Amino acid sequence: MSKTLTGTTKKLLSGNEAVALGAYHAGIMVAAAYPGTPSTEILENLAKHHDLNAEWATNEKVAMEIGIGSAYAGRRTLVSMKHIGLNVAVDPFMAAAITGVNGGLVIISADDPGIHSSQDEQDNRHYAPFAKVPMIEPSDSQEAYDMMAYAFSISEEFDTPAIVRLTTRIAHSNSLVEVTGTRKVPTERIGFEHNVQKYVMLPVNARFRRPFVEDRLVKLAAYTETFPFNKISWGDKKLGIITSGVSYQYAREVFHTASFLKLGMTYPPPKKMIREFCNGVDRAIVIEELDPFLQDAILAMGIAVTGKEFIPRIGELNTQIVREAAIKEGLVKGKSADTLTGTLPPLPGRPPLLCPGCPHSGVFYTLNILGKRSRLSDKSKEPEIIVTGDIGCYTLATYPPLYGMDTADCMGASIGTALGIEKANIGRKVVAVIGDSTFLHSGITGLVDAVYNNSKITVIILDNSTTAMTGHQEHPGTGKSAKSVETQAVDNEQIVRGLGVKDVQVVDAFDLKALRNTLKSCISNEQLSVVIVRGDCPTKTRRRSIPMVIDYETCTSCETCLKIGCPAIQKVKDKIFIEPTLCIGDVCSVCRQVCPHHAIEPAKTTAKG
Amino acid sequence: MTGVGGQGTILASDILGEAALLAGYDIKKTDTLGMAQRGGSVISHIRIGDHVYAPLIAEGDVDILIAFEKLEAIRWCAYLRTGGIAIINDLAVPPLSVGLGTSRYPNDKEILAAFKKITGRVYFVNGTDQAHRLGDARTLNTIMMGCISTFLPIDILTWKEAIAHRIPEKIRELNFKAFDKGREVIKHVGIG
Repeated sequence: MSKTLTGTTKKLLSGNEAVALGAYHAGIMVAAAYPGTPSTEILENLAKHHDLNAEWATNEKVAMEIGIGSAYAGRRTLVSMKHIGLNVAVDPFMAAAITGVNGGLVIISADDPGIHSSQDEQDNRHYAPFAKVPMIEPSDSQEAYDMMAYAFSISEEFDTPAIVRLTTRIAHSNSLVEVTGTRKVPTERIGFEHNVQKYVMLPVNARFRRPFVEDRLVKLAAYTETFPFNKISWGDKKLGIITSGVSYQYAREVFHTASFLKLGMTYPPPKKMIREFCNGVDRAIVIEELDPFLQDAILAMGIAVTGKEFIPRIGELNTQIVREAAIKEGLVKGKSADTLTGTLPPLPGRPPLLCPGCPHSGVFYTLNILGKRSRLSDKSKEPEIIVTGDIGCYTLATYPPLYGMDTADCMGASIGTALGIEKANIGRKVVAVIGDSTFLHSGITGLVDAVYNNSKITVIILDNSTTAMTGHQEHPGTGKSAKSVETQAVDNEQIVRGLGVKDVQVVDAFDLKALRNTLKSCISNEQLSVVIVRGDCPTKTRRRSIPMVIDYETCTSCETCLKIGCPAIQKVKDKIFIEPTLCIGDVCSVCRQVCPHHAIEPAKTTAKG
Repeated sequence: MTGVGGQGTILASDILGEAALLAGYDIKKTDTLGMAQRGGSVISHIRIGDHVYAPLIAEGDVDILIAFEKLEAIRWCAYLRTGGIAIINDLAVPPLSVGLGTSRYPNDKEILAAFKKITGRVYFVNGTDQAHRLGDARTLNTIMMGCISTFLPIDILTWKEAIAHRIPEKIRELNFKAFDKGREVIKHVGIG
């Protein structure tokens, strides 16, 4: 932090921190979210404040509904989620797009171009015209902070939810923010009005409401021409660049003299301004990440612009990609950079792994043995037991040596997908694996279906008492709120029994013998089984004991221990050893249990106690 | 700044960012985490100057590459500009695939050869050894910051203020010591 000449404070903030601070200063009283990279830190930052409600919701749909209710009651409200999280919340989101709001409702959609930590890179800008709501896109942390106040005003003035779209590179980059505001909570809208024509979307009311939505769009189209973050800066008029978000920054690095039209509100786009800009330059191009969203809108205006002809539509952009594209298109002089990649020796990859002491390792090791899944390295083999997976740390068990799963689609999909494979009747046993947070998020409905439609699959709930993958957030099962306040924990065993599942087993994640016996019997029996495997995430609890060591007199180098996929067990120059700084010791002891020669024991300490 | 998840590269990049802010520079910093906590490859881009646009640095544009691990050094070497500076912690953390025998860890000769094509300014430092000697492996990041500080126009007091902002009081003195150690170590390593 440092003071500027004008007495304001300059801070180095991530886009997510800047959004949270901007929303806080804009006077939000309610924030709801479900964790998802790259959006998670927004709610985490808001939860640090005592003068607002910031909560982890069960899933994005519930978060959106909380946001809608709070906005109806006149409070400024922030709902944040990752791009695919908005898919989960689209039903209430579309409803709110028709009913409108009262207090400002701002939805953060944090997109992930380049698929750093997601299952796709869908371009959520399309949701804005789909729902006929405004969309704002910051290009750095300063704008992320500044734009929040505007987003709330726009939401209230035009009676609409407003989307602020971030991308990974905005959400997770730190840049300087001059903090100009302080927290002010508006009071003039507080209260709920009985207004069924606005809030009860019976067909007759929805039909009544529809013209309002079109009319709102016309008003927003006029407003966007005056939005201060839609800006032309004239330079050399031979080339004009239309861009937004982080793409603006890359374009600035490459085109030093061109004219720029930088859009802070990308829906509705400022058509007059665009026309003026394009008329003012010899050639206009669009530089944008992912789909030709702006380009198509401008082409539809009858203006000839190019962009996606040379700017890739797949993956994240960067200065290098934009520069190479510009050189190829003849827009800037220069030669393509020599690439060294071909001259390097082949390098081993370093994919993320299940941590040392992970409670998931033993389960997947057991499934691997029972289903002879290590044979899957031979591409001609089909799995004996099909494992449908879900979204969480445990998806990493897909990598060798665990070969942990055969499918992973979206949050909560494991159970439904398993039911479908079962119904396809191809003579294979099916096991669904799902985490505790994911089960509560959207796995329960799949299990209801399994009970109702007489399924005989086995469902494994991997309960590590946290939302680990996104950085250990609390969830309804942990008994703690986003603000670390004790709450009533939702008990997944009671849920499962309450749904009517007859065969319910609870097993210790670090007891391999129990895991093997239970899974064997549940998979082979002809009824629906749910196995809840409980073991705390050691990366969260930091629990550890004396590390394991290998007794080289009894070790035969059979490499069974390497099949757990534990990062602490390494083989360097034909010798297997256990890295003492990584091993969490007897708290886990999975390697000790798998070793057929009893060659793994806790290290002997010389000092007592 | 590159390394393996868990080595403290993110905290190091935070300290560097804070120091540059205190010194009055514009700064952009981005951590491409992948899933860093889980032992994956980590890279942070840090750009410091009068005015910075893009948060990401293009290949061949990096002035200083600081690697906490050797495989991660060679993996990102193409980012270094011709004649740029590489500071490499002399530590090998072989990925699981090396243990399973499905891939091979590059040897020092190969690593050096890759850098030689780009620059003559390669510094191998024994940061991990030094951190162990200080009694806490986690001081590796402040040792590496000490190394890099000798190449940047940010004064030592500013660096220490940045460290004080980011590191809890209990271990602050130890980290000041580690920072000084880094400054000393870099002066005594031969250029590779």
